[in-house]
Amino acid sequence: MASLLHDIQHHSVTIAASLPLDSGQVLPAVTIAYQSYGALDADKSNAVLICHALTGDQYVASDHPATGKPGWWARMVGPGKPIDTDRFHVICANVLGSCMGTSGPASPDAATGAPLGMAFPVITIADMVRAQAMLLDHLGISRLHAVVGGSMGGMQALAWAATYPDRLASALVIASAARHSAQNIAFHEVGRQAIMADPDWQDGQYYGSARAPTKGLAIARMAAHITYLSEEGLTEKFGRRLQARDIKSFGFDADFQVESYLRHQGLAFTDRFDANAYLYITRAMDYFDLADPHDGRLAGAFANAKDVRFTLVSFDTDWLYPTSESRRVVQALQSVGAAASFVELSAPFGHDSFLLDVPALDRLVAGALGSGF
Amino acid sequence: MALRPDLAIIADAVPSTSRVLDVGCGDGELMVALRGKGVDARGLEIDPANVTAAIARGQSVVQGDANRDLADYPDDAFDYAILSQTLQTTERPDRVVDELLRIAPRAFVSFPNFAHWRIRLALLWGGRMPVTRLLPVAWYETPNIHHVTVSDFRDLVRAKGIAVERVWHLSGDKPASDAAASWRAEHAIFLISR
Repeated sequence: MASLLHDIQHHSVTIAASLPLDSGQVLPAVTIAYQSYGALDADKSNAVLICHALTGDQYVASDHPATGKPGWWARMVGPGKPIDTDRFHVICANVLGSCMGTSGPASPDAATGAPLGMAFPVITIADMVRAQAMLLDHLGISRLHAVVGGSMGGMQALAWAATYPDRLASALVIASAARHSAQNIAFHEVGRQAIMADPDWQDGQYYGSARAPTKGLAIARMAAHITYLSEEGLTEKFGRRLQARDIKSFGFDADFQVESYLRHQGLAFTDRFDANAYLYITRAMDYFDLADPHDGRLAGAFANAKDVRFTLVSFDTDWLYPTSESRRVVQALQSVGAAASFVELSAPFGHDSFLLDVPALDRLVAGALGSGF
Repeated sequence: MALRPDLAIIADAVPSTSRVLDVGCGDGELMVALRGKGVDARGLEIDPANVTAAIARGQSVVQGDANRDLADYPDDAFDYAILSQTLQTTERPDRVVDELLRIAPRAFVSFPNFAHWRIRLALLWGGRMPVTRLLPVAWYETPNIHHVTVSDFRDLVRAKGIAVERVWHLSGDKPASDAAASWRAEHAIFLISR
Protein backbone atom coordinates (compact mmCIF):
# COMPACT_ATOMS: atom_id res chain seq x y z
CA MET A 1 0.00 0.00 0.00
CA ALA A 2 2.90 2.31 0.66
CA SER A 3 3.66 2.42 -3.04
CA LEU A 4 0.14 3.70 -3.80
CA LEU A 5 0.63 6.41 -1.18
CA HIS A 6 3.82 7.51 -2.85
CA ASP A 7 2.20 7.72 -6.27
CA ILE A 8 -0.02 10.63 -5.24
CA GLN A 9 0.93 14.00 -6.71
CA HIS A 10 0.94 16.85 -4.20
CA HIS A 11 1.15 20.57 -4.74
CA SER A 12 4.67 21.46 -3.68
CA VAL A 13 7.65 23.74 -4.13
CA THR A 14 11.30 22.78 -4.14
CA ILE A 15 13.51 25.41 -2.58
CA ALA A 16 17.11 25.18 -3.65
CA ALA A 17 18.46 26.68 -0.43
CA SER A 18 20.15 24.45 2.12
CA LEU A 19 18.48 23.78 5.46
CA PRO A 20 20.83 23.28 8.42
CA LEU A 21 19.35 20.78 10.87
CA ASP A 22 19.60 20.56 14.67
CA SER A 23 21.47 17.28 14.23
CA GLY A 24 24.31 19.13 12.52
CA GLN A 25 23.46 17.65 9.13
CA VAL A 26 22.29 19.79 6.24
CA LEU A 27 19.55 19.21 3.69
CA PRO A 28 20.89 20.66 0.44
CA ALA A 29 17.39 21.49 -0.86
CA VAL A 30 13.89 21.12 0.54
CA THR A 31 10.63 20.15 -1.11
CA ILE A 32 7.58 21.34 0.79
CA ALA A 33 4.06 20.24 -0.11
CA TYR A 34 1.32 22.59 1.00
CA GLN A 35 -2.27 23.69 0.52
CA SER A 36 -3.61 27.22 0.83
CA TYR A 37 -7.10 28.67 1.15
CA GLY A 38 -8.51 32.18 0.95
CA ALA A 39 -6.95 35.25 -0.63
CA LEU A 40 -3.77 36.88 0.58
CA ASP A 41 -4.28 40.60 1.26
CA ALA A 42 -2.31 43.11 -0.77
CA ASP A 43 -0.18 43.90 2.28
CA LYS A 44 0.18 40.16 3.04
CA SER A 45 -0.92 40.67 6.63
CA ASN A 46 -3.71 38.09 6.86
CA ALA A 47 -1.75 34.85 6.59
CA VAL A 48 -2.51 32.09 9.09
CA LEU A 49 -0.23 29.06 9.23
CA ILE A 50 -1.86 25.85 10.42
CA CYS A 51 0.55 23.22 11.72
CA HIS A 52 -0.64 19.64 11.55
CA ALA A 53 -0.27 16.85 14.09
CA LEU A 54 1.89 13.71 13.89
CA THR A 55 -0.17 11.81 11.34
CA GLY A 56 -1.87 14.85 9.85
CA ASP A 57 -1.09 16.45 6.53
CA GLN A 58 -1.56 19.59 4.48
CA TYR A 59 -5.10 18.61 3.49
CA VAL A 60 -6.59 20.55 6.39
CA ALA A 61 -9.77 21.53 4.56
CA SER A 62 -9.52 19.50 1.35
CA ASP A 63 -10.48 15.90 0.71
CA HIS A 64 -7.60 13.53 1.43
CA PRO A 65 -6.15 12.27 -1.86
CA ALA A 66 -5.58 8.72 -0.55
CA THR A 67 -8.72 8.16 1.52
CA GLY A 68 -11.17 10.60 -0.08
CA LYS A 69 -12.24 11.70 3.40
CA PRO A 70 -12.82 15.38 4.23
CA GLY A 71 -9.86 17.40 5.51
CA TRP A 72 -8.81 16.74 9.11
CA TRP A 73 -9.96 20.19 10.28
CA ALA A 74 -12.65 20.88 7.67
CA ARG A 75 -15.02 21.75 10.50
CA MET A 76 -12.65 24.54 11.64
CA VAL A 77 -11.29 25.96 8.37
CA GLY A 78 -13.41 27.42 5.60
CA PRO A 79 -15.62 30.35 4.62
CA GLY A 80 -17.42 31.66 7.70
CA LYS A 81 -15.81 28.99 9.91
CA PRO A 82 -13.75 29.77 13.04
CA ILE A 83 -10.61 30.04 10.88
CA ASP A 84 -12.43 32.06 8.26
CA THR A 85 -10.99 31.73 4.76
CA ASP A 86 -13.10 34.71 3.67
CA ARG A 87 -10.85 36.72 5.92
CA PHE A 88 -7.58 34.83 6.24
CA HIS A 89 -5.12 33.34 3.81
CA VAL A 90 -4.67 29.92 5.39
CA ILE A 91 -1.55 27.90 4.65
CA CYS A 92 -0.99 24.32 5.77
CA ALA A 93 2.28 22.64 4.87
CA ASN A 94 3.18 18.99 5.21
CA VAL A 95 5.96 18.75 7.83
CA LEU A 96 9.55 17.87 7.10
CA GLY A 97 10.06 14.12 7.44
CA SER A 98 6.51 13.27 6.47
CA CYS A 99 5.17 11.31 3.54
CA MET A 100 2.72 13.60 1.75
CA GLY A 101 5.07 15.31 -0.65
CA THR A 102 7.51 17.09 1.68
CA SER A 103 11.15 15.96 1.95
CA GLY A 104 11.29 12.85 4.08
CA PRO A 105 12.63 9.30 4.20
CA ALA A 106 10.75 8.38 1.02
CA SER A 107 12.43 11.22 -0.92
CA PRO A 108 14.99 10.18 -3.50
CA ASP A 109 18.69 10.40 -2.86
CA ALA A 110 20.02 13.19 -5.11
CA ALA A 111 22.93 10.99 -6.26
CA THR A 112 21.23 7.65 -6.87
CA GLY A 113 17.55 8.49 -7.21
CA ALA A 114 16.71 5.66 -4.78
CA PRO A 115 14.56 6.45 -1.72
CA LEU A 116 16.70 7.67 1.18
CA GLY A 117 15.04 5.51 3.82
CA MET A 118 17.04 5.67 7.03
CA ALA A 119 19.71 7.74 5.28
CA PHE A 120 17.35 10.70 5.68
CA PRO A 121 18.73 12.74 8.60
CA VAL A 122 16.92 12.75 11.94
CA ILE A 123 14.90 15.95 12.20
CA THR A 124 13.40 18.00 15.03
CA ILE A 125 10.31 20.14 15.56
CA ALA A 126 12.53 23.23 15.16
CA ASP A 127 13.76 21.86 11.81
CA MET A 128 10.13 21.51 10.68
CA VAL A 129 9.52 25.12 11.66
CA ARG A 130 12.61 26.34 9.81
CA ALA A 131 11.35 24.56 6.69
CA GLN A 132 7.96 26.28 7.09
CA ALA A 133 9.74 29.63 7.40
CA MET A 134 11.57 28.88 4.14
CA LEU A 135 8.20 28.23 2.50
CA LEU A 136 6.85 31.56 3.78
CA ASP A 137 9.96 33.34 2.51
CA HIS A 138 9.35 31.71 -0.85
CA LEU A 139 5.74 32.94 -0.76
CA GLY A 140 6.87 36.44 0.21
CA ILE A 141 5.09 36.37 3.57
CA SER A 142 7.29 37.98 6.20
CA ARG A 143 4.86 38.02 9.11
CA LEU A 144 1.95 35.79 10.11
CA HIS A 145 -1.29 36.92 11.66
CA ALA A 146 -1.28 33.65 13.56
CA VAL A 147 0.27 30.23 13.88
CA VAL A 148 -2.30 27.62 14.88
CA GLY A 149 -1.74 24.02 15.85
CA GLY A 150 -3.02 21.12 17.91
CA SER A 151 -0.88 18.38 19.48
CA MET A 152 2.41 18.26 17.50
CA GLY A 153 1.05 21.27 15.59
CA GLY A 154 0.94 23.11 18.91
CA MET A 155 4.58 22.20 19.50
CA GLN A 156 5.41 23.79 16.15
CA ALA A 157 3.40 26.90 17.08
CA LEU A 158 5.40 27.17 20.33
CA ALA A 159 8.64 26.61 18.42
CA TRP A 160 7.59 29.36 15.99
CA ALA A 161 7.15 31.78 18.89
CA ALA A 162 10.52 30.79 20.29
CA THR A 163 12.40 30.86 16.97
CA TYR A 164 10.69 33.65 15.01
CA PRO A 165 8.89 35.83 17.58
CA ASP A 166 9.03 38.84 15.23
CA ARG A 167 7.33 36.94 12.45
CA LEU A 168 4.01 36.30 14.17
CA ALA A 169 1.31 38.33 15.91
CA SER A 170 -0.33 35.43 17.71
CA ALA A 171 0.01 31.75 18.48
CA LEU A 172 -2.83 29.34 19.17
CA VAL A 173 -1.70 26.16 20.89
CA ILE A 174 -4.27 23.40 21.44
CA ALA A 175 -3.86 20.17 23.41
CA SER A 176 -0.10 20.42 23.33
CA ALA A 177 3.05 20.75 25.44
CA ALA A 178 6.46 22.39 25.44
CA ARG A 179 8.21 19.04 25.89
CA HIS A 180 7.67 15.37 25.45
CA SER A 181 7.38 13.60 28.78
CA ALA A 182 8.96 10.25 29.60
CA GLN A 183 5.53 8.66 29.22
CA ASN A 184 5.06 10.28 25.78
CA ILE A 185 8.47 8.99 24.68
CA ALA A 186 7.67 5.53 26.05
CA PHE A 187 4.51 5.20 23.97
CA HIS A 188 6.35 6.34 20.86
CA GLU A 189 9.10 3.81 21.48
CA VAL A 190 6.50 1.01 21.52
CA GLY A 191 5.33 2.16 18.09
CA ARG A 192 8.82 2.43 16.66
CA GLN A 193 9.81 -0.98 17.96
CA ALA A 194 6.66 -2.49 16.42
CA ILE A 195 7.66 -1.08 13.03
CA MET A 196 11.30 -2.06 13.26
CA ALA A 197 10.43 -5.56 14.48
CA ASP A 198 8.31 -6.15 11.38
CA PRO A 199 10.45 -8.30 9.01
CA ASP A 200 8.95 -6.36 6.11
CA TRP A 201 10.58 -3.17 7.39
CA GLN A 202 13.94 -4.32 5.92
CA ASP A 203 15.97 -1.66 7.73
CA GLY A 204 13.78 0.99 6.15
CA GLN A 205 14.57 0.01 2.54
CA TYR A 206 11.17 -1.45 1.72
CA TYR A 207 10.12 1.13 -0.88
CA GLY A 208 11.28 -0.82 -3.91
CA SER A 209 10.12 -4.18 -2.60
CA ALA A 210 6.64 -5.66 -2.73
CA ARG A 211 6.58 -5.74 1.05
CA ALA A 212 6.04 -2.87 3.52
CA PRO A 213 5.89 -3.06 7.33
CA THR A 214 2.14 -2.59 7.44
CA LYS A 215 1.71 -4.93 10.45
CA GLY A 216 4.24 -3.02 12.50
CA LEU A 217 2.81 0.34 11.46
CA ALA A 218 -0.72 -0.83 12.26
CA ILE A 219 0.37 -1.92 15.75
CA ALA A 220 2.15 1.41 16.27
CA ARG A 221 -1.07 3.19 15.32
CA MET A 222 -3.15 0.98 17.63
CA ALA A 223 -0.94 1.78 20.62
CA ALA A 224 -0.91 5.49 19.80
CA HIS A 225 -4.63 5.57 19.13
CA ILE A 226 -5.33 4.45 22.70
CA THR A 227 -3.41 7.48 23.95
CA TYR A 228 -5.57 9.79 21.84
CA LEU A 229 -8.80 8.64 23.51
CA SER A 230 -10.07 8.67 27.06
CA GLU A 231 -11.40 5.92 29.32
CA GLU A 232 -14.68 7.82 29.38
CA GLY A 233 -14.84 8.01 25.58
CA LEU A 234 -13.87 4.36 25.08
CA THR A 235 -16.38 3.16 27.67
CA GLU A 236 -19.11 5.23 26.13
CA LYS A 237 -18.33 3.99 22.64
CA PHE A 238 -17.54 0.32 23.31
CA GLY A 239 -17.66 -0.61 26.98
CA ARG A 240 -17.03 -4.36 27.22
CA ARG A 241 -19.47 -5.13 24.41
CA LEU A 242 -18.69 -8.10 22.18
CA GLN A 243 -18.22 -7.76 18.42
CA ALA A 244 -20.65 -9.66 16.16
CA ARG A 245 -21.06 -12.51 18.64
CA ASP A 246 -23.05 -13.35 21.77
CA ILE A 247 -20.45 -15.28 23.70
CA LYS A 248 -16.72 -15.08 24.20
CA SER A 249 -14.72 -17.24 21.80
CA PHE A 250 -12.10 -18.26 24.34
CA GLY A 251 -9.58 -17.57 21.61
CA PHE A 252 -7.73 -14.57 20.26
CA ASP A 253 -10.17 -13.26 17.70
CA ALA A 254 -11.40 -9.72 18.17
CA ASP A 255 -14.11 -10.64 20.69
CA PHE A 256 -14.52 -7.11 21.99
CA GLN A 257 -15.74 -4.20 19.91
CA VAL A 258 -12.81 -2.12 21.10
CA GLU A 259 -10.37 -4.70 19.69
CA SER A 260 -12.10 -4.72 16.36
CA TYR A 261 -12.12 -0.94 16.28
CA LEU A 262 -8.39 -0.69 17.02
CA ARG A 263 -7.52 -3.30 14.41
CA HIS A 264 -9.51 -1.37 11.84
CA GLN A 265 -7.91 1.95 12.84
CA GLY A 266 -4.44 0.41 12.67
CA LEU A 267 -4.95 -1.15 9.28
CA ALA A 268 -6.68 1.86 7.71
CA PHE A 269 -3.75 4.02 8.84
CA THR A 270 -1.32 2.04 6.68
CA ASP A 271 -3.20 3.22 3.56
CA ARG A 272 -2.35 6.83 4.26
CA PHE A 273 0.94 6.83 6.12
CA ASP A 274 4.50 5.68 5.65
CA ALA A 275 6.24 3.64 8.36
CA ASN A 276 9.58 5.41 8.05
CA ALA A 277 7.89 8.82 8.25
CA TYR A 278 6.26 7.59 11.48
CA LEU A 279 9.70 6.75 12.87
CA TYR A 280 11.16 10.15 11.97
CA ILE A 281 8.28 12.28 13.17
CA THR A 282 7.83 10.46 16.48
CA ARG A 283 11.58 10.89 17.05
CA ALA A 284 11.28 14.63 16.36
CA MET A 285 8.50 14.86 18.96
CA ASP A 286 10.52 12.90 21.53
CA TYR A 287 13.46 15.28 21.16
CA PHE A 288 11.16 18.27 21.67
CA ASP A 289 11.89 20.27 24.82
CA LEU A 290 11.68 24.05 24.41
CA ALA A 291 13.35 24.67 27.77
CA ASP A 292 16.39 22.53 26.93
CA PRO A 293 18.50 25.23 25.20
CA HIS A 294 17.72 27.63 28.10
CA ASP A 295 19.16 25.68 31.03
CA GLY A 296 15.79 24.05 31.61
CA ARG A 297 14.03 27.40 32.05
CA LEU A 298 11.02 27.41 29.75
CA ALA A 299 10.64 31.18 30.18
CA GLY A 300 13.98 31.54 28.40
CA ALA A 301 12.38 30.21 25.21
CA PHE A 302 9.83 33.03 25.26
CA ALA A 303 12.17 35.85 26.29
CA ASN A 304 11.73 37.58 22.91
CA ALA A 305 8.07 36.63 22.44
CA LYS A 306 6.58 39.27 24.77
CA ASP A 307 4.63 40.84 21.93
CA VAL A 308 3.10 37.59 20.69
CA ARG A 309 -0.47 36.98 21.85
CA PHE A 310 -0.77 33.40 23.02
CA THR A 311 -3.90 31.33 23.43
CA LEU A 312 -3.56 27.87 24.95
CA VAL A 313 -6.32 25.30 25.27
CA SER A 314 -6.24 21.94 27.01
CA PHE A 315 -8.92 19.30 27.47
CA ASP A 316 -9.83 17.79 30.81
CA THR A 317 -9.81 14.20 29.47
CA ASP A 318 -6.48 14.52 27.60
CA TRP A 319 -3.92 12.41 29.46
CA LEU A 320 -1.37 12.46 26.63
CA TYR A 321 -0.75 16.22 26.90
CA PRO A 322 -2.52 17.01 30.16
CA THR A 323 -3.57 20.44 31.39
CA SER A 324 -0.51 20.62 33.66
CA GLU A 325 1.73 20.83 30.57
CA SER A 326 -0.28 23.76 29.17
CA ARG A 327 -0.15 25.45 32.58
CA ARG A 328 3.62 25.13 32.56
CA VAL A 329 3.70 27.06 29.31
CA VAL A 330 1.26 29.67 30.61
CA GLN A 331 3.39 30.21 33.73
CA ALA A 332 6.48 30.71 31.58
CA LEU A 333 4.60 33.18 29.37
CA GLN A 334 3.31 35.11 32.38
CA SER A 335 6.78 35.31 33.83
CA VAL A 336 7.99 37.13 30.70
CA GLY A 337 4.88 39.32 30.57
CA ALA A 338 3.46 37.92 27.32
CA ALA A 339 -0.27 38.27 26.76
CA ALA A 340 -1.44 34.73 27.38
CA SER A 341 -4.87 33.22 27.45
CA PHE A 342 -5.52 29.74 28.73
CA VAL A 343 -8.54 27.57 29.34
CA GLU A 344 -9.12 23.92 30.09
CA LEU A 345 -12.18 22.83 28.15
CA SER A 346 -14.37 19.95 29.20
CA ALA A 347 -14.81 17.33 26.47
CA PRO A 348 -15.21 13.55 26.64
CA PHE A 349 -12.96 12.63 23.71
CA GLY A 350 -9.50 12.75 25.30
CA HIS A 351 -6.58 14.15 23.31
CA ASP A 352 -8.55 13.83 20.06
CA SER A 353 -10.98 16.49 21.32
CA PHE A 354 -9.13 19.14 19.31
CA LEU A 355 -10.25 17.41 16.10
CA LEU A 356 -13.82 16.74 17.18
CA ASP A 357 -17.00 18.67 17.78
CA VAL A 358 -16.32 20.91 20.79
CA PRO A 359 -18.32 24.13 20.19
CA ALA A 360 -16.43 26.04 22.91
CA LEU A 361 -13.21 25.43 20.96
CA ASP A 362 -14.75 26.98 17.84
CA ARG A 363 -15.67 30.13 19.79
CA LEU A 364 -12.21 30.32 21.30
CA VAL A 365 -10.40 29.91 17.99
CA ALA A 366 -12.56 32.54 16.30
CA GLY A 367 -12.07 34.92 19.24
CA ALA A 368 -8.32 34.37 19.44
CA LEU A 369 -7.89 34.99 15.71
CA GLY A 370 -10.33 37.88 15.46
CA SER A 371 -8.67 40.00 18.08
CA GLY A 372 -5.92 42.34 17.11
CA PHE A 373 -7.65 43.33 13.89
CA MET B 1 -24.82 47.23 28.20
CA ALA B 2 -24.04 49.33 31.22
CA LEU B 3 -21.22 48.18 33.46
CA ARG B 4 -22.00 47.06 36.98
CA PRO B 5 -21.69 50.20 39.14
CA ASP B 6 -18.53 49.12 40.98
CA LEU B 7 -16.89 48.17 37.67
CA ALA B 8 -17.90 51.51 36.13
CA ILE B 9 -16.15 53.32 38.98
CA ILE B 10 -13.01 51.22 38.53
CA ALA B 11 -13.05 51.57 34.72
CA ASP B 12 -13.26 55.32 35.19
CA ALA B 13 -10.45 55.48 37.74
CA VAL B 14 -7.84 53.39 35.84
CA PRO B 15 -5.50 55.64 33.79
CA SER B 16 -5.73 54.95 30.08
CA THR B 17 -2.20 53.76 29.36
CA SER B 18 -1.77 51.43 32.33
CA ARG B 19 -1.24 47.68 32.51
CA VAL B 20 -3.95 45.94 34.51
CA LEU B 21 -4.71 42.45 35.82
CA ASP B 22 -8.39 41.85 36.49
CA VAL B 23 -8.54 39.02 39.02
CA GLY B 24 -11.85 37.21 38.80
CA CYS B 25 -12.61 38.95 35.52
CA GLY B 26 -15.76 36.93 34.75
CA ASP B 27 -16.64 37.10 31.06
CA GLY B 28 -14.29 40.05 30.55
CA GLU B 29 -16.88 42.82 30.82
CA LEU B 30 -14.58 45.24 32.66
CA MET B 31 -11.62 44.29 30.44
CA VAL B 32 -13.60 45.23 27.33
CA ALA B 33 -14.34 48.64 28.84
CA LEU B 34 -10.71 49.11 29.86
CA ARG B 35 -9.40 48.09 26.43
CA GLY B 36 -11.80 50.62 24.95
CA LYS B 37 -9.84 53.36 26.70
CA GLY B 38 -6.42 52.00 25.76
CA VAL B 39 -5.62 50.00 28.89
CA ASP B 40 -3.51 46.84 28.46
CA ALA B 41 -5.81 44.52 30.40
CA ARG B 42 -5.23 40.87 31.28
CA GLY B 43 -7.57 38.62 33.23
CA LEU B 44 -7.56 35.71 35.64
CA GLU B 45 -10.78 33.76 36.06
CA ILE B 46 -11.64 30.43 37.66
CA ASP B 47 -14.74 29.45 35.69
CA PRO B 48 -13.90 27.91 32.27
CA ALA B 49 -17.19 29.03 30.69
CA ASN B 50 -16.39 32.62 31.66
CA VAL B 51 -12.82 32.28 30.41
CA THR B 52 -14.07 30.91 27.09
CA ALA B 53 -16.53 33.79 26.75
CA ALA B 54 -13.82 36.36 27.52
CA ILE B 55 -11.33 34.87 25.05
CA ALA B 56 -14.10 34.73 22.44
CA ARG B 57 -14.46 38.48 23.05
CA GLY B 58 -10.79 38.87 22.19
CA GLN B 59 -9.53 39.30 25.75
CA SER B 60 -6.37 37.76 27.23
CA VAL B 61 -7.62 35.64 30.10
CA VAL B 62 -6.00 32.76 31.94
CA GLN B 63 -8.09 30.17 33.73
CA GLY B 64 -6.83 30.07 37.28
CA ASP B 65 -7.53 30.40 40.96
CA ALA B 66 -6.77 33.66 42.79
CA ASN B 67 -5.81 31.60 45.86
CA ARG B 68 -2.99 29.86 44.07
CA ASP B 69 -2.19 31.21 40.64
CA LEU B 70 -1.37 34.86 41.39
CA ALA B 71 2.03 33.50 42.40
CA ASP B 72 2.80 32.87 38.71
CA TYR B 73 2.96 36.58 37.95
CA PRO B 74 6.28 38.36 38.49
CA ASP B 75 6.66 41.33 40.86
CA ASP B 76 5.40 44.61 39.39
CA ALA B 77 4.02 42.90 36.29
CA PHE B 78 1.14 45.41 36.29
CA ASP B 79 0.33 48.99 37.26
CA TYR B 80 -2.99 48.00 38.82
CA ALA B 81 -4.52 44.78 40.08
CA ILE B 82 -8.29 44.57 40.32
CA LEU B 83 -10.23 42.26 42.61
CA SER B 84 -13.93 42.94 42.31
CA GLN B 85 -16.46 41.02 44.43
CA THR B 86 -14.03 38.17 44.88
CA LEU B 87 -12.16 38.94 48.13
CA GLN B 88 -14.88 37.39 50.29
CA THR B 89 -14.65 34.12 48.33
CA THR B 90 -10.89 33.60 48.67
CA GLU B 91 -9.36 31.20 51.16
CA ARG B 92 -7.01 33.76 52.69
CA PRO B 93 -8.05 37.30 51.74
CA ASP B 94 -5.04 38.73 53.60
CA ARG B 95 -2.62 36.75 51.44
CA VAL B 96 -4.52 37.62 48.27
CA VAL B 97 -4.17 41.33 49.14
CA ASP B 98 -0.42 40.78 49.64
CA GLU B 99 -0.20 39.13 46.21
CA LEU B 100 -2.18 41.92 44.53
CA LEU B 101 0.25 44.51 45.89
CA ARG B 102 3.23 42.35 44.93
CA ILE B 103 2.27 42.13 41.25
CA ALA B 104 1.14 45.79 41.10
CA PRO B 105 1.89 48.87 43.22
CA ARG B 106 -1.83 49.70 43.39
CA ALA B 107 -4.97 47.60 43.62
CA PHE B 108 -8.72 48.11 43.46
CA VAL B 109 -10.57 45.83 45.85
CA SER B 110 -14.36 45.84 45.88
CA PHE B 111 -16.56 43.74 48.17
CA PRO B 112 -20.06 43.62 49.64
CA ASN B 113 -20.22 45.15 53.11
CA PHE B 114 -21.55 42.59 55.58
CA ALA B 115 -22.20 45.36 58.10
CA HIS B 116 -24.88 46.99 55.98
CA TRP B 117 -27.90 47.84 58.13
CA ARG B 118 -30.18 45.32 56.42
CA ILE B 119 -27.78 42.51 57.20
CA ARG B 120 -27.37 43.74 60.77
CA LEU B 121 -31.15 43.84 61.19
CA ALA B 122 -31.63 40.44 59.63
CA LEU B 123 -29.14 38.94 62.05
CA LEU B 124 -30.39 40.92 65.04
CA TRP B 125 -34.11 40.24 64.53
CA GLY B 126 -34.17 37.07 62.48
CA GLY B 127 -31.13 35.40 63.98
CA ARG B 128 -30.30 34.04 60.55
CA MET B 129 -27.60 34.66 57.98
CA PRO B 130 -29.21 37.08 55.56
CA VAL B 131 -29.93 36.42 51.89
CA THR B 132 -29.88 39.78 50.12
CA ARG B 133 -29.71 41.23 46.63
CA LEU B 134 -25.91 41.30 46.61
CA LEU B 135 -25.59 38.11 48.66
CA PRO B 136 -28.34 36.01 47.17
CA VAL B 137 -27.19 32.55 48.29
CA ALA B 138 -28.01 30.61 51.48
CA TRP B 139 -25.25 30.18 54.06
CA TYR B 140 -24.58 26.52 53.21
CA GLU B 141 -23.93 27.06 49.52
CA THR B 142 -22.53 30.57 49.45
CA PRO B 143 -19.12 31.10 47.84
CA ASN B 144 -18.68 33.99 50.30
CA ILE B 145 -16.66 32.26 53.00
CA HIS B 146 -15.18 35.37 54.64
CA HIS B 147 -17.82 37.85 55.68
CA VAL B 148 -15.94 41.13 55.57
CA THR B 149 -17.14 44.60 56.54
CA VAL B 150 -15.84 48.03 55.57
CA SER B 151 -14.35 48.38 59.06
CA ASP B 152 -12.76 44.93 58.91
CA PHE B 153 -11.04 45.76 55.65
CA ARG B 154 -9.80 49.08 57.00
CA ASP B 155 -8.35 47.22 59.98
CA LEU B 156 -6.65 44.69 57.72
CA VAL B 157 -4.91 47.24 55.50
CA ARG B 158 -3.95 49.36 58.55
CA ALA B 159 -2.38 46.32 60.22
CA LYS B 160 -0.44 45.58 57.04
CA GLY B 161 0.71 49.18 56.62
CA ILE B 162 -1.11 49.44 53.30
CA ALA B 163 -2.18 52.90 52.21
CA VAL B 164 -5.79 53.63 51.26
CA GLU B 165 -5.73 56.12 48.42
CA ARG B 166 -9.45 56.31 47.80
CA VAL B 167 -12.69 54.68 48.85
CA TRP B 168 -16.07 54.63 47.11
CA HIS B 169 -19.22 53.46 48.85
CA LEU B 170 -22.28 52.26 47.00
CA SER B 171 -25.83 51.91 48.21
CA GLY B 172 -28.44 50.55 45.82
CA ASP B 173 -26.02 51.07 42.92
CA LYS B 174 -25.71 54.78 43.80
CA PRO B 175 -22.71 56.47 45.40
CA ALA B 176 -23.20 56.73 49.15
CA SER B 177 -21.57 59.29 51.39
CA ASP B 178 -18.64 58.26 53.53
CA ALA B 179 -20.56 59.31 56.62
CA ALA B 180 -21.77 56.22 58.43
CA ALA B 181 -20.64 54.14 55.45
CA SER B 182 -20.15 51.18 57.76
CA TRP B 183 -23.95 51.05 58.18
CA ARG B 184 -25.12 52.43 54.92
CA ALA B 185 -22.77 51.10 52.22
CA GLU B 186 -23.94 47.91 50.54
CA HIS B 187 -20.71 47.76 48.66
CA ALA B 188 -17.25 49.32 48.97
CA ILE B 189 -14.41 49.88 46.52
CA PHE B 190 -10.96 50.53 47.93
CA LEU B 191 -8.00 51.80 45.96
CA ILE B 192 -5.02 50.64 47.99
CA SER B 193 -1.28 51.00 47.46
CA ARG B 194 1.92 49.65 48.99
